[in-house]
Amino acid sequence: MTAVDLGMPGLPHAPRGVGHLRGAESFPDAARGALRNGQLRANLGHATSTIRGKRANVVGELPDWEQLRAAGKALKTATMARLDEHLEELERQVTARGGVVHWARDANEANEIVTRLVQATGTSEVVKVKSMATQEIGLNEALEAAGLDVFETDLAELIVQLGEDSPSHILVPAIHKNRAEIREIFARTIPGVDPGLTDDPRQLAMAARAHLRERFLRARVAVSGANFGVAETGTLTVVESEGNGRMCLTLPETLITVMGIEKVVPTWRDLEVFLQLLPRSSTGERMNPYTSAWAGVTPGDGPQEFHLVLLDNGRTAVLADEVGREALHCIRCSACLNVCPVYERAGGHSYGSVYPGPIGAVLSPMLTGVEDNASLPYASSLCGACYDVCPVAIDIPSILVHLRGEHVEAVARDRDRPTAEAVAFRGLAKAMSHPRLWHLAQRAARLGRLVSRGRPTLPNALPPPISGWTRSRDLPTPPTKTFVQQWTEEHRS
Amino acid sequence: MKVALFATCLVDTMTPSVAHATAALLQRLGQEVVVPPAQACCGQMHVNTGYRREAVSIVANHVRAFEGAEVIVAPSGSCVASIHHQQAAVARRAGDEALAQAAEELAGRTHELSQFLVDVLGVTDVGAYYPHRVTYHPTCHSLRLLRVGDAPLQLLRAVRGLELVELPGAEQCCGFGGTFAVKNADTSTAMLTDKMANVLGTHAEVCTAGDASCLMHIGGGLSRLRAGTRTVHLAEILASTEEAVTPDQKAIPAVTA
Ligand code: SF4
Repeated sequence: MTAVDLGMPGLPHAPRGVGHLRGAESFPDAARGALRNGQLRANLGHATSTIRGKRANVVGELPDWEQLRAAGKALKTATMARLDEHLEELERQVTARGGVVHWARDANEANEIVTRLVQATGTSEVVKVKSMATQEIGLNEALEAAGLDVFETDLAELIVQLGEDSPSHILVPAIHKNRAEIREIFARTIPGVDPGLTDDPRQLAMAARAHLRERFLRARVAVSGANFGVAETGTLTVVESEGNGRMCLTLPETLITVMGIEKVVPTWRDLEVFLQLLPRSSTGERMNPYTSAWAGVTPGDGPQEFHLVLLDNGRTAVLADEVGREALHCIRCSACLNVCPVYERAGGHSYGSVYPGPIGAVLSPMLTGVEDNASLPYASSLCGACYDVCPVAIDIPSILVHLRGEHVEAVARDRDRPTAEAVAFRGLAKAMSHPRLWHLAQRAARLGRLVSRGRPTLPNALPPPISGWTRSRDLPTPPTKTFVQQWTEEHRS
Repeated sequence: MKVALFATCLVDTMTPSVAHATAALLQRLGQEVVVPPAQACCGQMHVNTGYRREAVSIVANHVRAFEGAEVIVAPSGSCVASIHHQQAAVARRAGDEALAQAAEELAGRTHELSQFLVDVLGVTDVGAYYPHRVTYHPTCHSLRLLRVGDAPLQLLRAVRGLELVELPGAEQCCGFGGTFAVKNADTSTAMLTDKMANVLGTHAEVCTAGDASCLMHIGGGLSRLRAGTRTVHLAEILASTEEAVTPDQKAIPAVTA
């Protein structure tokens, strides 16, 4: 075990070199560029504030919302405590109903399994239902590398695919694009598209529909994710808005579903809670237009071959973290992204992972090991808006703080000499633990008065890390006396 | 009541006028104020930056400094939230159960200023006079961790002469976030810019809040822009009276160090 390995020794993280959980740049560096993109800021500001409002309205009309949240949290906690048993039950039930279950330790195994299954059907085309798990493992790239054509059928996912872009939101992958930009992508990339295409949303949707319809009708294999897998009945469910999912799940001969192991729920009844929490939190609707549920295969009706790929890819390592395991409760509603002031400004790509925003800032580093996403736990002001909206009440700020601790401690174990930051924080901790030292340290802070030479604020140009503050904000000159000092002098008896 | 004042490390060192105002206000309301001289910091900055082990001795010092205090009041939502939600957990993680229990016990007697005034003392009119146009920014930890609700607004509405203007987008974070302001300076500044735009849009003379840290960030940004709007801590507004404010004293806090 290397010094920076987190969690239980021996539990593997999501492997490097495959999938989309790691960015090329640190969050602050990526955000610096994104913050300068005025169009992105406008698109995100508009989209997130609209959806925030919709969510607040539909959540506000439910008097028992807090009870539902508590129920969702309790169900997830209980499920995680016996995850292995529920997964084995799911396997038994899926198998009993004519499906085949595959266990994938990581992204590489999952990609290999799916590629092999598709190739065995003899087809060269795959239609896909929007799925975070397959984005996470980079399945499209793996299938394409094997010479297969992959078609995303969710509208926003299609926009991202045609634009050779990457998703920036877990529900609305193209949230960073506006109508005019989408029109441009469609006009450039959809063969035979109406040259008079405008940026009217209906026209754009119809263009995508015409493009996709043909593919649905001829596709022999579909790949999907799953929102929930019900252990007691072996039922898989997909929750969606556009109906593309329903087409993919019913028309092809073969259906392959890739599901993260944390998506299992023990009983059918549990859906009562989650199917109320999810649409209100994600799209701000009372109910989503399409909820598809299927168990195994039904002769003469729908796909005649069904495969379920259960994906770990670091999840067991997350489960081993007592504080962090709560992140596995996530039902991918995206409410935390939509309320996050950091996400709203820096955008999803700054996180470098398919999971952006507050949940991504905790989930990505835990899946990869914190050393591979070390800047993400710090990409939050800890304002707590995410915790407030989360339908399963995941205490994201506390997990962020926990991961910062894990990171600092891993760095300390891994280095012979402490970082400058660690030296400073240790020194400060020592001072703050001994009143006499603390008063000396406060006196030292007053040396700032020398730098400001009688002005009310310190100069703008100061060395790092203070420069991080003074580049955009004035820093007041420290006063001559601390409060405690003056009070003590005045109240000496 | 005998109130032990926890100034917080930032106020004590950088903006002592906030602590002086808190003491003056509490005394005016008939409370006996004591200032335990061994106080330093609650440990929040260390915990939130990842130095939770180092924070244990800071928590221990805090618990020692306030041992035996009947009730503790601090002019900061963030530090009180850390005392309520982090101190015991940090001690417990380090295996110091005795410290964890002592911290929990102390947290039970520790209040943020506006909550102490409204919920414990039961006053909303503290007899203040502050003839200025003021907007109020609810800081995230007051709002979401302590749930102070409208206690600060109730207090402000009762201040004579004060014209309270609603801050658009009030519940959006100002972008301070402790070391976030430095580690993610660009994103922090982007958040600050939007907060300042909302503050300036109100044409208030003063932006107030219950946390000196967030105010140092918002005020530092406004001052850099040479904006006329200044930041003044809630305690300083509530401490102001007719006697302490002269007509040409504009938005300068009434109680200064
Ligand atoms: S963490 Fe909570 S709010 Fe965020 S996507 Fe997951 S379920 Fe939704």
